[in-house]
Amino acid sequence: MSGFPILSLMLAVPLVAAILCLYAGDRNARMIALAATLIDFALGVVLWANFDIGGAQWQFTERADLFGRFQWALGIDGMALMLIMLSVFLMPLCILASWDAITKRVGLYMAMFLIMEVVMIGVFMAQDLLLFYIFFEAGLIPMYFIIGIWGGANRKYAAFKFFLYTLLGSVLMLVAMIVMIMEAGTTDIPTLLNYDFPAGMQTWLWLAFFASLAVKMPMWPVHTWLPDAHVQAPTAGSMILAGVLLKLGAYGFLRFMMPMFPDASAELMWLVFILSMIAVVYTSLIALVQNDMKKLIAYSSVAHMAIVTAGLFAFNQQGIEGALIIMLSHGVVSAALFFCVGVIYDRLHTREIDRYGGLAVNMPAYALFFMLFTMASIGLPGTSGFVGEFLSLLGIYEASSVVAFVCTTGIILGAAYMLYLYRRVVFGELTKDDVKAMPDLNPREWAIMAPLAAVALWMGVYPESFLAPMRGDVTTVVARLAPAKPAGDAQLAAGTPKAAEDQGDAAHGSAHAGGAK
Amino acid sequence: MTADLALIWPELILTIGGLITLMLGTFMGDRQVGLYQLSALLTLGAATAAVVALFGVEATVFSGTLSVDSFGGFAKLLIYAASFVCILIAPRFFTGGMRAEYPTLILFAALGMGIMAASRDLMTLYVGLELNSLAAYVLASFMRTDERSSEAGLKYFVLGALASGMLLYGISLLYGFSGTTDFAGIAQAMGGEPGIGLIFGIVFVLAGLGFKISAVPFHMWTPDVYEGAPTPVTTFFASAPKVAAMALMTRVIVDAMGPAIGAWQQIIIFLALASIILGAVGAIGQKNIKRLLAYSSINNVGFMLIGLAAGTQQGVEAVLTYLLVYVVTTLGAFLVVLQLRDADGDQVESIPALAGLSQRRPGLAAALSVFLFSLAGIPPLFGFWPKYLVFEAAVNANLVPLAVAGIVASVIGAFYYIAIIKTMYFDDQSDVDVTGGGNVVEGTIVAASALWLSAIGYLFIPILAVASARAASVLF
Repeated sequence: MSGFPILSLMLAVPLVAAILCLYAGDRNARMIALAATLIDFALGVVLWANFDIGGAQWQFTERADLFGRFQWALGIDGMALMLIMLSVFLMPLCILASWDAITKRVGLYMAMFLIMEVVMIGVFMAQDLLLFYIFFEAGLIPMYFIIGIWGGANRKYAAFKFFLYTLLGSVLMLVAMIVMIMEAGTTDIPTLLNYDFPAGMQTWLWLAFFASLAVKMPMWPVHTWLPDAHVQAPTAGSMILAGVLLKLGAYGFLRFMMPMFPDASAELMWLVFILSMIAVVYTSLIALVQNDMKKLIAYSSVAHMAIVTAGLFAFNQQGIEGALIIMLSHGVVSAALFFCVGVIYDRLHTREIDRYGGLAVNMPAYALFFMLFTMASIGLPGTSGFVGEFLSLLGIYEASSVVAFVCTTGIILGAAYMLYLYRRVVFGELTKDDVKAMPDLNPREWAIMAPLAAVALWMGVYPESFLAPMRGDVTTVVARLAPAKPAGDAQLAAGTPKAAEDQGDAAHGSAHAGGAK
Repeated sequence: MTADLALIWPELILTIGGLITLMLGTFMGDRQVGLYQLSALLTLGAATAAVVALFGVEATVFSGTLSVDSFGGFAKLLIYAASFVCILIAPRFFTGGMRAEYPTLILFAALGMGIMAASRDLMTLYVGLELNSLAAYVLASFMRTDERSSEAGLKYFVLGALASGMLLYGISLLYGFSGTTDFAGIAQAMGGEPGIGLIFGIVFVLAGLGFKISAVPFHMWTPDVYEGAPTPVTTFFASAPKVAAMALMTRVIVDAMGPAIGAWQQIIIFLALASIILGAVGAIGQKNIKRLLAYSSINNVGFMLIGLAAGTQQGVEAVLTYLLVYVVTTLGAFLVVLQLRDADGDQVESIPALAGLSQRRPGLAAALSVFLFSLAGIPPLFGFWPKYLVFEAAVNANLVPLAVAGIVASVIGAFYYIAIIKTMYFDDQSDVDVTGGGNVVEGTIVAASALWLSAIGYLFIPILAVASARAASVLF
């Protein structure tokens, strides 16, 4: 595969398809979009199959000096590979999810989704700081249109809020990037990763990046755009927003802030921990009292992302690997949950929880899938959520037992609000006539649910397939952070076994003897 | 003297061509639109060719009053190109009312602007500026029967005269306290600690020039004139004179006031931030697209001034790149506005009337979105690049707080740009049936500039970098 620009090809396919969609009719636009996303998924599989685990850190690198001041530099490591896989896996499902639900301006809709795909995988591939920023920011435009044109009743407000909130955050990052480029004299990310910025400068750069990435993440208290955006966005928009866009923030933490500013990261660890702890408890409590299904899942996303940030800033292998698995797991599970909401929304056109109830009777297949994803969101062993939460909490515990304690309450609260949601929607008496009339999953919905469920289980049963490509990169980050890492309050070490005592031996022996009689 | 004449071919061509066009209009009548249009366009084409032919020549002519160099060349190419487009689009707009004065005045304005960009003496500066301004006053009130147009012309004239007065007063102070009108001589006088007289001179000159680039607080005329003037004239005002005034300001600041950086840097920083913020905030309430674009031009001038405030070669390069991208965007945006007509063929300027434009005229709405996102500086559109360059120049000149303030204020600006996109894409169709439809030429220009500003422009960065570096190096 060496030399073949597979990454550029993965960017080119959806881009060309997007242009075609603009000029195609409704039916054709759907077909083109599905074909393009499936091709990209196939390319992603090829990419994964050819990825050399344990080989060079950066693989499939491409470099073209097209822009003078910066380069068209692409390349992936294990983390990027996994997040790209997540994006290309979710995209065809998003297209399928909007197959019937979107009826107006289909060509434009599909084009926006395909551009979204280009932008997302571009972010994960970029090896040049400015190229990264361009992709990172470019995501605003298609999402603005997706929320604004095809969203719910209050879509215009949500679109504005989404756009301006995230823009305000990212411009500060741009200033930090300019300073970094000036200081290091290069825009090349692999070089910057090993550049030691002066400690005083690191703090400012860290804060500027934090301002941007915390909004994208989103962290408390700058999370308020997310519930609005989710509630108003169409189903597929929510899927992609929760599935991939929320991962951009965490990816930025792991790619830039932690390895590039290790001293500042260690110094400001407390800030991240405090915000994460507040977010876990506070947003979980808010989720408990929501009456709107999408809002509930949106708040649960904020809580999950808070565990991710806490896990990342544990600065150890388990914490970071766990955070990465939560990112992947949440990407699959929250997309699935938003789709679950979308399925019944398409039938009854309301997201109000009280309007449903007793779905287990007339929609058994739906109830089963919904149950699986609920469990995966809670973190039941055997599902993807468990692996990530267990690993990251283990890592957090090593860094700070208090943070681990608070984050664990978040998991308990998570179980509470998810089960409460499930009970109100799926169980209970089937009394309402319009709910009775709702048919079970159709083949198209099966085709979306099944792969999501399969991946959630795969990740829960054999997470090694996902962890293996990322392990080397996590080790690199941990090694980079090691000099700055503060001592945790809980030292996990295997205890020395006590020597066997002589005194009890006789009694033991006699007991044995007695027993043998 | 005759040797000097060979170096000012662009100016000579414009003078002669302008006179020929005037004669054609006078003797053949205003109805021969094709004839005098052709003459004007050919003149501009020939002048452009002359500028290209003179590329690489670095000389001062006429006892050091005028400079022939690549900085002026860069600015002139932009000015001539913008003027070319503004002449090209006029006949369709004025339909029956087209007169030969229009191309003639634009040619003379272009001549004046060329002199502005090339001047290295306070007197040439003033002559160029007034030649441009006088043509512009007449152009603003070109539609004599239209009340708004006459009002725009009068307003522009009164305020412009005031600004010229301030400029002249500043010039007289500079001359009085340095003893010379030559830029290099003034720079020498500023070498030490500049006296109070020189500082007053700097303030007044910058105030006068600030009026021409419509920087806050000298911007008041801009929205009214942009709204009142006929759209092709507004297109012209928003593009070519901005380039000329900005180039002139750069030359005055770097060449004449370079050593006194402490005296002017604060002023420029204030003008920059005030323009960015007021340009952004003022635009929010606007209901007329031309007024809105006027505020947008104020806002963009603020960003250019950030590059200028750096006072470095990198800063000037950024300003030149910004000017190029800005001219392309502005021409594109105004050409779209030009095509918006209702069923009766009247111009549609109200923003609410654009509601649902994306369904009526998808191509036009898409192009306008590209221009607006580009003006807001959202990547991947090319408008991001010049913004990046000016911020980089500011950071490199140790003006980090300025860069941070500017970049945060740019978010305010983004609000009204995306508000128009909201109107075009999210709102239901308005009652006004925007049909319009342009001819092939306009459509091609709009499409080409939109395409260039979508990511394709990034491929031109190496060329742009070489050209702007070459031009900026002249001043340092």
